Amino acid sequence: MKRIYSCLVENRSGVLAKVAGLFWRRCFNIDSLTVGETEDKAISNMVIVSSGDERTLEQIEKQLNKKLDIIKVKTFDESEGISQELVLVKIRYNRDNRKDIMENCQIMGARIVDLSKSMMTIKMCDTPERVQMFLDTLKSIRIVELARTGTLAVTKIKEQSDEK
Amino acid sequence: MTGADALVKCLREEAVEYVFGYPGVAIAPFFNSILDTDIKTILVRQEQHAAHSANGYARTTGKVGVAAVTSGPGATNIITGIATAFADSIPIVVITGQVDSKLVGSDVFQEADICGACESFVKYSYIVRNVNDIPRIMKEAFYIANSGRRGPVLIDIPIDIQKAHIKDFNYPDEAKLRTYRPTVKGNAVQIKKVFARLKEASRPIICVGGGVHLAHAEEAVREFALKNEIPVVCTMMGIGVMKSNDPMFFGMVGNNGNSYGNRAMNEADMIIMAGARVADRSISQPDLITANKTLVHIDVDPAEIGKNAGPEIPLVGDIASVFEAFNQQESVSSYDNWIDTLKAYKKETDDKKLKNLLERVRKASLVTPEEFIIQLCHKLKDDAIYVADVGQNQMWSCGNYIMRNGKFFTSGGMGTMGYSIPAAVGAKLASPDKQVVAVIGDGAFQMCFMELATMRQYHIPVKIVVIKNGWLGLVRQYQHFTYNDRFSVTDLSGSPELDKIAEAYEMNYIKLSNNSEIGDKIDAFLGDDESTLMEVDVNPSEIA
Repeated sequence: MKRIYSCLVENRSGVLAKVAGLFWRRCFNIDSLTVGETEDKAISNMVIVSSGDERTLEQIEKQLNKKLDIIKVKTFDESEGISQELVLVKIRYNRDNRKDIMENCQIMGARIVDLSKSMMTIKMCDTPERVQMFLDTLKSIRIVELARTGTLAVTKIKEQSDEK
Repeated sequence: MTGADALVKCLREEAVEYVFGYPGVAIAPFFNSILDTDIKTILVRQEQHAAHSANGYARTTGKVGVAAVTSGPGATNIITGIATAFADSIPIVVITGQVDSKLVGSDVFQEADICGACESFVKYSYIVRNVNDIPRIMKEAFYIANSGRRGPVLIDIPIDIQKAHIKDFNYPDEAKLRTYRPTVKGNAVQIKKVFARLKEASRPIICVGGGVHLAHAEEAVREFALKNEIPVVCTMMGIGVMKSNDPMFFGMVGNNGNSYGNRAMNEADMIIMAGARVADRSISQPDLITANKTLVHIDVDPAEIGKNAGPEIPLVGDIASVFEAFNQQESVSSYDNWIDTLKAYKKETDDKKLKNLLERVRKASLVTPEEFIIQLCHKLKDDAIYVADVGQNQMWSCGNYIMRNGKFFTSGGMGTMGYSIPAAVGAKLASPDKQVVAVIGDGAFQMCFMELATMRQYHIPVKIVVIKNGWLGLVRQYQHFTYNDRFSVTDLSGSPELDKIAEAYEMNYIKLSNNSEIGDKIDAFLGDDESTLMEVDVNPSEIA
């Protein structure tokens, strides 16, 4: 089972280490982790995707809530959130596969952001599943470099609860 | 005013009486400033013991214990003491000196990343980067340590910050933490649910842990048990919550508990777990305890609930406030049959145990440890503080301790050998009028007997019982059962003569070698208010 933990944390040095240390010490998985500042510079947002059984996922939430540097934890399943991931992939292409690659980019909504005679860099921003689907289409091609952000997520809009 | 002056001023604001510590250059400004106050400093002989003494002090007074040590090895040495306090949720504040801020991270002399090293066993830690933050950090540290689920807080403070000039010192009235609001009051709906289930239950039981002591909820729990006639068992950390002669009390559960306590837990149809972790040593199969019974789990730490066993009724809150709320409710139906059954088990087991013990006492050539502990407890003052170490002595102590109005401390969670003597030092300083006895094995004794010097230096008259069998008894016992008497690295030959140790530290010394003299020797041991070392010779083949 997968779950997303969106945590507002104090933007201080050492907080990431403390949170990562918690996952390590208690043998919780980190499937992905992204950190960035929020509109308030004193607060960062950490989005952690983890997987495990129900008890583990519940423990993760409780243990995160216990951390004194964490202001608020929002926990939700993938279906309850809007998740996006960004990937940049640099590949080597040739005349034979160039057309296939470009077609796949078009189908999946990826963009070529850098190009040379033999290499191109593709950018794709989409749900983690679609990003993975796209990367799978590149399996037969030589990937030179790849950078992936990990999942960013917010809960889906529910007018009443969000207005609070 | 310097940062160091500010630190000690904060300690005074927190009404700190004692700082247990060990100096070094990186904490020298702090120890210099403390001379200008009436705060008493105690020089322990190894940094770990500063934390244990603060721990014993905290458990005796309910106040925060304070330890201060230097950077590098001073800081790393205190780690075990911090971990011990964390495992038992004891409120202590540990101040470590650190190298100059500009040098942090460059691996200079006596630099250790102590906050990084301690992250997984502190409740919270601070690295002080700005001298003006000292009052806020100190206020927060004391509040965090001694609220919610108690625990150690570490403050690492570079030497230049201790020397820096602080603009204006304002000690805040309260700690303002947007990330920390421990739940105090139990949820009223959940409390009603507990009573609804109690009405349906026919075999309820309360299992109390160390959390009851930490919340100072002993009286409330006793009242609840008595009023509703619900039997009570305890974990090792819960020893002392119930008086031994309380008719509702059925002893300690777990690996090292007694058979009727465990039987009561197994046969109960409803367990009210209060301030206990449901850890492996007390509940052998946490998953199974919920199979055929209702589990109510009360704890101030929500993360504790459901960690090891999924409760039917979780109840987050301060144990004292929850049980006070319980006591407001009308008492529930009686469980006479259940109590009669448990009393019968207890009587049967106790009779058998007594018969067996008398037989062993008669046959033994050396001292029978259980008999010794029982007689010691009978002769202790009503409100004595008993500190058990770790090992066989701890099992004998836990199994035979008689609670009247005293206190019982041990390192339950971490099982830290050498805890008892420094903890007893802290306890004795906290209550000079009370009898304080440390019971320790000869293995653990050699891990901490340097503290006899601390006792001598500051005239801290602790009574020490060394149960001596020349072995690391509990491991030996394990090797006896698990490895067919292949004893590996458990022989303590080469240990010093305890009479000479006692003489070297100017302590009275009493040796007890056989059962017939137990009473007289204990009388002599407890007869005065001086430091006394009592050596109790026990056969290595005794099983705890």
